[in-house]
Amino acid sequence: MTSHDLRATNLTLGYADTDIVSDLDVEIPDGRITVIVGANACGKSTLLRGLARLLRPRGGEVILDGKSVQDMRSIEVAKVLGLLPQSPVAPDGISVGDLVGRGRYPHQGWFRRWSAEDDEAVAAALEATGTTELEHRNIAELSGGQRQRVWVAMALAQDTDLLLLDEPTTFLDINHQVELLDLLTDLNRQSGKTVVIVLHDLNLACRYADHIIAMKKGAILAEGAPRDVIDAAVVTEVFGLACDVVPDPVSDTPMIVPRGRHHARPAVLEALG
Amino acid sequence: MTALTEPRTAVRSGRQLRRRRATVVTSSLAGVTFALFVLTMMVGSYYVSAIDVVQSAFRLTDDPAIDFVVRDLRLPTAAAALSVGIALGVAGTVFQKLLGNPLASPDFVGVSSGASLFAVSSIVLFNASSTVISGSALLGALLTALIIYLLAWRDGISGYRFILIGIGVSQFMLSIVGYIIARADLYEAREAMTWLVGTVGQAGSGELRTLLVALVVLLPVAMVLERPLRTLELGDDTAKALGSRVELNRLALIALSIVLIGFATAVAGPIMFVALIAGPIAQRLAGPGGGVLAAGLVGAIIVLGADLVSGHLLPTALPTGVITGIIGAPYLIWLLATVNREGRGG
Repeated sequence: MTSHDLRATNLTLGYADTDIVSDLDVEIPDGRITVIVGANACGKSTLLRGLARLLRPRGGEVILDGKSVQDMRSIEVAKVLGLLPQSPVAPDGISVGDLVGRGRYPHQGWFRRWSAEDDEAVAAALEATGTTELEHRNIAELSGGQRQRVWVAMALAQDTDLLLLDEPTTFLDINHQVELLDLLTDLNRQSGKTVVIVLHDLNLACRYADHIIAMKKGAILAEGAPRDVIDAAVVTEVFGLACDVVPDPVSDTPMIVPRGRHHARPAVLEALG
Repeated sequence: MTALTEPRTAVRSGRQLRRRRATVVTSSLAGVTFALFVLTMMVGSYYVSAIDVVQSAFRLTDDPAIDFVVRDLRLPTAAAALSVGIALGVAGTVFQKLLGNPLASPDFVGVSSGASLFAVSSIVLFNASSTVISGSALLGALLTALIIYLLAWRDGISGYRFILIGIGVSQFMLSIVGYIIARADLYEAREAMTWLVGTVGQAGSGELRTLLVALVVLLPVAMVLERPLRTLELGDDTAKALGSRVELNRLALIALSIVLIGFATAVAGPIMFVALIAGPIAQRLAGPGGGVLAAGLVGAIIVLGADLVSGHLLPTALPTGVITGIIGAPYLIWLLATVNREGRGG
């Protein structure tokens, strides 16, 4: 895995007539797992799409290995940087093998079609995601967890050093969420792949992130190792939620305990005054 | 990487299996298409044997009597059915894959209605010759497509939006068609109605030649663009992430389909439902890797078959469009029922 440098400078992104992300600077640590968190509509998915060259910046630029991504050919970007969008579309009746194979697009050309290397990449992607036995199954027949693993396999087949995932755990139950994040951690640890994930669940984000980026209203409010940056004040600022932050009994990473208006023990209420 | 050798072999054999299925199905479809193409030239008030048809159509021998029947009387209709079918099948499946919706066939979203409006106007208002009628049909298809594209554009094209606007535009065009026919005198109204039903027998030689040239040029282009089409099917974001140039590829594919539909409508009028059903049938037979060529061949089989039925099997000859309508309408009802049940309307 070669090392890469992905960063944005003075980045402004938006749709129609609103700016969602404005004048933002960010640097993605190479070979680490970065998790982006924030309230709904804070611009975290928009930032991810901007980094992956899916959105043209209104201002500033995204720089990959010293070159502005807008100046690079899309196929060149796609060989280094892969993205799994929030809601990818599976064509009717497509099989797992066929779908995962489509991840090889940037490595093929008008004349260079399928090679042993492509087969190897697809096999490795199926293997890594535990979907080898599903190869001949129709996507429509799979469970939500299986389907999500197949999409990750497609992104893996693209064989990029950087992998960006937009809320990959959204439609999964807690078991499959943990399974998927474990899988992404395996990929990061085994091959040094740089992984950037947009996540909703703050506790899982704190546990799995090497580097966490907390966003609010299109700007970065805090970033760094979860242990260093996530405390009750930051969570309250980002999500507008009164909470306590305690050590996660399993991983000793920050764990967020919301206060809410009900169910608090009398002792807690007393301590709050 | 020895550990990977076995799964790699499995992946390769799975891929080869899919490709073999697509190849076998596509070649069989080509065989059936050719057989029907020859068959339509054999039957009629004067029977010609298959060998004579092939020899005469491909100019291998010269026999004035047979040549007159085959080349002058039957070949134009057969060639029109073949090429119109291929054009409709290819255009239909490209639209459906591009917009990710089985309802997104060009005849459904108003491109054919635009062609109809222009053609009917030229018949009724300007008493135009057949070449002018075909030219206006082509112009109408292109203009309508442009209107739908512009109205549906909002930071890109979404399938559902395109289809809804297309259906709206289609109804608008058809209501004007209705008005024009209501105002026309009897003879012109009759001529316009005949055109509107669509039949391969009405092809003029000039228009047919244009369609054939368009097919020779555009069919290879469609097959080349099939590779990016396979990424566009996965949604815009995925396609872009895979390095596909989404807007460029989509524009090229839409333009290609509309030109094919325009030329096909210019030749035979708006033959309904072929573009709608050819793609899904091809896909069912050949698998999702089946592709545009298979859909084109299914389209050709439907039109050639409909032409055979309408011309020879029924007591009175009916226009081709009536037969395709009889096949297509139940499919459309089934499609609407099942699409909504699975919640795939968008």
